[in-house]
Amino acid sequence: MRRKDVLDLDDFSPDEIREVLETTSAMKEVLARPIKRVPPLRGKTIVNCFYEASTRTRVSFELAAKNLSADVVNISASGSSVEKGESLVDTTRTLQALGADMVVMRHAASGAPYAVARELSASVINGGDGWHAHPTQALLDLFTVQSRLGRIDGRRIAIIGDVLHSRVARSAAWGFATMGASVILCAPPTLLPIGLDTAILAGLRAKGVATEVAGTPAVAMTHDIDAALRDADVVMALRVQRERMDAGLLPSLREYARAYGLTRERLARARFGAVVLHPGPMNEGVEIAPDVAHGSQSAIEEQVTNGVAVRMAVLYLLAGGRAGPAV
Amino acid sequence: MDDRNFDLGAGPVEGRPSKRILDADGLRRALTRVAHEVLERHGGTRDLVLVGMRRRGVPIARRLADLVGRFEGTPVDVGELDVTMFRDDLEIRGTRPALRPSSIPRDLTDARVVLVDDVLYTGRTVRAALDALMSYGRARQVQLAVVVDRGHRELPIRADYVGKNLPTSRDESVEVRLVEVDGIDEVVLLDRLGAPDARSRP
Repeated sequence: MRRKDVLDLDDFSPDEIREVLETTSAMKEVLARPIKRVPPLRGKTIVNCFYEASTRTRVSFELAAKNLSADVVNISASGSSVEKGESLVDTTRTLQALGADMVVMRHAASGAPYAVARELSASVINGGDGWHAHPTQALLDLFTVQSRLGRIDGRRIAIIGDVLHSRVARSAAWGFATMGASVILCAPPTLLPIGLDTAILAGLRAKGVATEVAGTPAVAMTHDIDAALRDADVVMALRVQRERMDAGLLPSLREYARAYGLTRERLARARFGAVVLHPGPMNEGVEIAPDVAHGSQSAIEEQVTNGVAVRMAVLYLLAGGRAGPAV
Repeated sequence: MDDRNFDLGAGPVEGRPSKRILDADGLRRALTRVAHEVLERHGGTRDLVLVGMRRRGVPIARRLADLVGRFEGTPVDVGELDVTMFRDDLEIRGTRPALRPSSIPRDLTDARVVLVDDVLYTGRTVRAALDALMSYGRARQVQLAVVVDRGHRELPIRADYVGKNLPTSRDESVEVRLVEVDGIDEVVLLDRLGAPDARSRP
């Protein structure tokens, strides 16, 4: 992989994604060894910059970096100079001056990692920015589906929930569509961003990827959950946040659960054995019923385990992308 | 492992003066002898694991395991090891090479491991393999079997079993070609390299 940063999957070619997924298989084998530590990032410093709450992504990046023998520093907004009013770019410039080779950034503002990546010679990995993108989450979703179903192309992926506020949904749509699957985004009308499908289709066309899969568009949107579930090979439920009700976008969680919650009965309308995904943290009983979340079709725990392997793959590949001669 | 194997796609190089060192029969005889030596020194197959180093070490390890298994009438464990992440030249080379999953059939604690590779040259790949093996437990013993030992060691490493000792110059290269990978069984010595950049020695 020859790139400095991983900011979203919109600029990834199918070959690049394939390279990440293949590397992830090798990293998964490392995680199964009695001693899970390998040396390729020895002497590298990785800074985890998390300006927004996160458990699984931060821990997952930290474990990934440590398994590759990198030195890891974690900083969060509270307790850092951010509290003294230092700007984001200045903070990260300081981190680079202190010797950071890579910066993993989670930020509530969409686009924040882009601003930082432009200023730094260090690699920047987007660990989730606002409503915009979460590329490593999408890569782990791709890997999980590939491990469960054998292949991604030709599959139908239903993504259900608060699509409007979801960076997970956006990056997953880019990732799955780039790999030849068809994605259907499903949400109540108030939470479905108008024009997202056509924007992604235009982007796919620009990078030379098919915009139709077996006669259906590579990305489509609906507010009809039954239509979304029909023939789905993968069903991803998205987290619904309480704040959305305060904003008047949803009447109540209970009503949302009744209309859009992924229950056993609804899941039965998808393909037999469809894989269930959720980016976590889950509101069980709201967007996903507990028996679905922990049932045999659920790959939700696998997603978490695969997250470490995927992030190891991304860190490993990025470490070689910036410098050094092509040999 | 010779350097040319570093990117796992390297195949036979055409258009260079070459000399065949072993043909298919010669290779078979050499491996048969090595299989007998392994058995003789180990006094059986108990706790024996043959670990092939990617890429060409893997089919060679399989063949040795078949031979040893046939002589003794008991199957022998075979593993595959990708040592890329343990190499000492990742930084020099820049772009990270593709990885393949390793596959080691058991916890190696108390196992007697024979590492298997095609060509022993600088010894750096074997050094990486020794480190990689340690992630799988503390083997009671680790030995090294190679098809060709071509000299020019840069580290204090030697082989316990050698199919063919072949004095070479650094300008030459040795290729062990295998039916499983290259479609033919033979060992060839390739003369001086044509283009100066054809060889990627740092």
